[in-house]
Amino acid sequence: MTTRLLSAAVPHGTTDLAHHRAVHGALPVLGRGDADALVDVLTAAGLRGRGGAGFPAARKLAAVAGSRRPFVVVNGTEGEPASSKDRLLLGRQPHLVLDGAVTAARVVGAGEVVVVAPAATHDAVARAIDDRAARDEPAIRLVAAAEGYVAGEETAVLAHVEGRPPVPRLAPPRPAERGLDGRPTLVQNVETLAHLALIVRHGADWFRAVGTPERPGTTLVSVSGAVARRGVHEVPVGVPVDDVLRLAGGPGEPVRALLVGGYFGAWIDGAARPALTDRDLRPHGASVGAGVVIALGASACPVRTVARLASWMSGQSAGQCGSCVNGLAAIAGVLVRLADGDGTPDDLRLLHRWTAMVDGRGACAHPTGTVRMIASAARLFAVDLEDHAHHGRCAACAGTGRAAATAHGRAGAVAA
Amino acid sequence: MRRAADREAAPALALDPIACVGHGLCAELFPEGIVLDDWGFPIVLDEASDPALRDHARRAAKACPALALRLRARG
Ligand SMILES: Cc1cc2nc3c(=O)[nH]c(=O)nc-3n(C[C@H](O)[C@H](O)[C@H](O)COP(=O)(O)O)c2cc1C
Ligand code: SF4
Ligand code: SF4
Repeated sequence: MTTRLLSAAVPHGTTDLAHHRAVHGALPVLGRGDADALVDVLTAAGLRGRGGAGFPAARKLAAVAGSRRPFVVVNGTEGEPASSKDRLLLGRQPHLVLDGAVTAARVVGAGEVVVVAPAATHDAVARAIDDRAARDEPAIRLVAAAEGYVAGEETAVLAHVEGRPPVPRLAPPRPAERGLDGRPTLVQNVETLAHLALIVRHGADWFRAVGTPERPGTTLVSVSGAVARRGVHEVPVGVPVDDVLRLAGGPGEPVRALLVGGYFGAWIDGAARPALTDRDLRPHGASVGAGVVIALGASACPVRTVARLASWMSGQSAGQCGSCVNGLAAIAGVLVRLADGDGTPDDLRLLHRWTAMVDGRGACAHPTGTVRMIASAARLFAVDLEDHAHHGRCAACAGTGRAAATAHGRAGAVAA
Repeated sequence: MRRAADREAAPALALDPIACVGHGLCAELFPEGIVLDDWGFPIVLDEASDPALRDHARRAAKACPALALRLRARG
């Protein structure tokens, strides 16, 4: 398999600066005058954000370049429970991430980089920052990431860095216009910056040599659920999902369905065997997103699984918008009733009504992403839902506890 | 009936769902443009941007005690 981001990996440890530079080469030193050139290279490379939304990196960089005293923020919050790629990069390849952040900062003219990273990666990142200290680079500040799914949303990240509760605000204005301390701020995902660090070394053609025309390059994929080993793998965008499952040791049982793209993603029939490309995933309502693949084994009850996911996501609401707070709680409520065999056909009707009603209603994409995932489940598992609504708990549910009792338990609702 | 959020262009009447406290005054004043969801929170419809209804939209925006509705300049 093609490794790029992970090509300097050392077993069980953090790649130090010497080894990093020996494998990847020296970091070209760009400056403010190179903004147009870097925007052109990123456009030609087709680099898209790896935090989930897939926004073109060149466009955001162009928006911030040339503004007065901007900031660069590295978003390593990774609130998605099924994702662990950003902490892998921060903990094991911190210099690649810092190379990307420093380059972006030099080019947009930022005097400071703020790295928002989970506490478990701080030793590695702090050591990497120390090792680079002698070089002529913008200041790098390390901030412990806040916990929670919504804490990773970019305006919530900025609030957290400013010392306020990590909740989103209404946008626009986007961070590129008004970010930290009211100044233009480039917020970029950890993996996006790691790719940028390689693109400035090797160019756009090199980047495009693998991947698909629409989404070139490699991607980190976090695989979990009904596989032998949950973990993170680097693959070219466009590989068959089966290859990704094989890298995780293969499924331990027939795969009923795959949740692709994470808790904002979409459920796809296990027999569909799509490739990991937006073109293959779009008809199912999914995208490569942040590279999350969760396998649901044939022995699990999908209704129960979706009920637990919905409950968890409802509990993650930042509690600010009426339709997010009430709508997600109501949807989780009907799903838990259905899962526990206490639901009725009317609950099914409400499920469809409410997933449509909540779509697009929040200040941030949390309710929208959540109801789209649930709507994809309602389509794929329609028969199972009907079965629960009319006949109560199914055979797969026998011997398991009630969804109501476990709904607010561990985050890894699917893996459990 | 279409929701403003479904469209590409920004609606003429913009709701701040964080500021909104959901007592529904706006839907009472401007039922052609705003309906309430099952929890009493407003859904801004496409019709709210109808130029013929601009005075109604303005009245609803002015009446919102939470300053959660803003009339945008057209364009
Ligand atoms: C509810 C919610 C949670 C998010 N969580 C994360 C996250 O944990 N990490 C991340 O990089 N982006 C997250 N995002 C996306 C960010 O808002 C932002 O788009 C991203 O950090 C930009 O980086 P990129 O363009 O490099 O992907 C989240 C978005 C939403 C709506
Ligand atoms: S939509 Fe939900 S998560 Fe997003 S800001 Fe509003 S209440 Fe918070
Ligand atoms: S009048 Fe204002 S606060 Fe009340 S529901 Fe309408 S928008 Fe929300």
